[in-house]
Amino acid sequence: MADKKTIYMDNASTTRVREEVLDAMLPFFREDYGNPDSIHAMGRPGRDAVKVARAHIADLIGAKPEEIYFTSGGSEADNWAIKSAVFGPHAKGKHVIVSSIEHHAIINMCEYLEKVGIEVTYLPVDKYGIVSPETVEAAIRPDTAIISVMTANNEIGTIEPIREIGAVARKHNVLFHTDAVQAYGQIDIDVTRDNIDLLSTSAHKLGGPKGIGFLYIRNGVKLDPLIHGGEQERGIRGGTTNVPGAVGFGKAAELAKVDMKERADKEIALRDRLINRVLTEIPYSSLNGHPTQRLPGNANLRFAFIEGESLLMSMNMAGICVSTGSACASGSLDPSHVLLAIGLKHEEAHGSLRFTVSAETTIEDVDYTVDTLKSVVERLRSMSPLYEDFIKEQKKKQEA
Amino acid sequence: MYDGVYSDKVIDHFTNPRNVGEIENPDGVGTVGNAKCGDIMRIYLDIDPETKVIRDCKFKTFGCGAAVASSSMATEMVKGKTIYEALEVTNKAVMEALDGLPQVKIHCSLLAEEAIHAALWDYAEKNNIKIEGLRKPKKDVHDEE
Repeated sequence: MADKKTIYMDNASTTRVREEVLDAMLPFFREDYGNPDSIHAMGRPGRDAVKVARAHIADLIGAKPEEIYFTSGGSEADNWAIKSAVFGPHAKGKHVIVSSIEHHAIINMCEYLEKVGIEVTYLPVDKYGIVSPETVEAAIRPDTAIISVMTANNEIGTIEPIREIGAVARKHNVLFHTDAVQAYGQIDIDVTRDNIDLLSTSAHKLGGPKGIGFLYIRNGVKLDPLIHGGEQERGIRGGTTNVPGAVGFGKAAELAKVDMKERADKEIALRDRLINRVLTEIPYSSLNGHPTQRLPGNANLRFAFIEGESLLMSMNMAGICVSTGSACASGSLDPSHVLLAIGLKHEEAHGSLRFTVSAETTIEDVDYTVDTLKSVVERLRSMSPLYEDFIKEQKKKQEA
Repeated sequence: MYDGVYSDKVIDHFTNPRNVGEIENPDGVGTVGNAKCGDIMRIYLDIDPETKVIRDCKFKTFGCGAAVASSSMATEMVKGKTIYEALEVTNKAVMEALDGLPQVKIHCSLLAEEAIHAALWDYAEKNNIKIEGLRKPKKDVHDEE
């Protein structure tokens, strides 16, 4: 086991920090460790570096540097956007519209908001996980404060029509927020073209460090702080600036802009090889999400008659790191809300696995993964009462 | 479940499960759990009509690592026992034999106990006998669908 190679197919969970990112961060721990808000000389290097970082980060989505507000990550940015739209002096209304496949940072927050008097509409999605702009428009009410639809889904990789949804929001003068944690640096986003008012991201999904993200707030949009404190981030996000984090994020964004197309092409080729091999070589397997309208690195597959945690465990034993939407892996009894929202039956949702490749993944990794999967699926099916019943019924049908 | 959370015994029984399979024309068969929760267990029994000893026991399980390991361990434990002694194979006994299960997986060992009870119940009904202390299985795959 010790000398077995680890194949990391879970890049949607987090990515390896890029080498240049780490190099850019290191000086700000031991040498230029000053607080960027200090007036003295030690404050200067960090302040300058964060300024450069902010510019790179903004540039990746066609934003202005002053529209980027650093946070501790995507969850904080999501919480900030939605809570500030419904609470406080700048509250816009008491009704929130979200898709039913949002990340837990949105879904669980909305369930909390409902307990304190906010009304939430959870929009349905089609079988691919796509939210239609018409459904969004139909849900808008006079007291709608904000619409939040993710740029791309973290589980099934579906890319949402955010430009059209943003246009609907703008037409009705409602704030539009998008959780771009999975999409930022992976696919082309332009806040102006895509009609975005607020956008959340996290650095560690694109080769940056954990613990830093940002909320993009379009100039002119008034938002109260979620974290009250000092005058950092133009006075609306307290807390000493995470200088190494911001610098690392800036470098990751700078690199992501340069090689986005090249990375995407490579990941799409790997992803499609994995998907095609699985669908042709493993019977009773299917793809979750949209065949083409999906994140470059995401392959979410389901295998009938077997359960995801035992699949994941078996893959893990072979050195392959993947993730599952099965409840059994998380400790709750319900499988992924995303898989149920696209219309899967419980047992189908339980038998789903997510593979997310990176530009560092090789064809050999993909092939080893598929080869391992084939034997694992076969083994688990040989133990499955559901498969046994299915085969017996097939036989009965043939005999009849 | 997280890497390192399961005991070595659980990993062993998941990786090399004992008694996987079917018994043709079994004397007793029980299926419990439901797909909604992600666990279905089926246990087959081959019982000596004279001595009432469980001569063979096989299982099939759709479920997580703990569910597979619990059914594997349970089949090992009931083999060679009489249908009356088999009631001693409780979820607690299965759990102990596996060197414990994570809190959120305790229901898997319960399911294993229920699967055995369901198979015994099936045998008792077919043969018109009463097994002292055995109640009608409450969890059935068909009840909850």
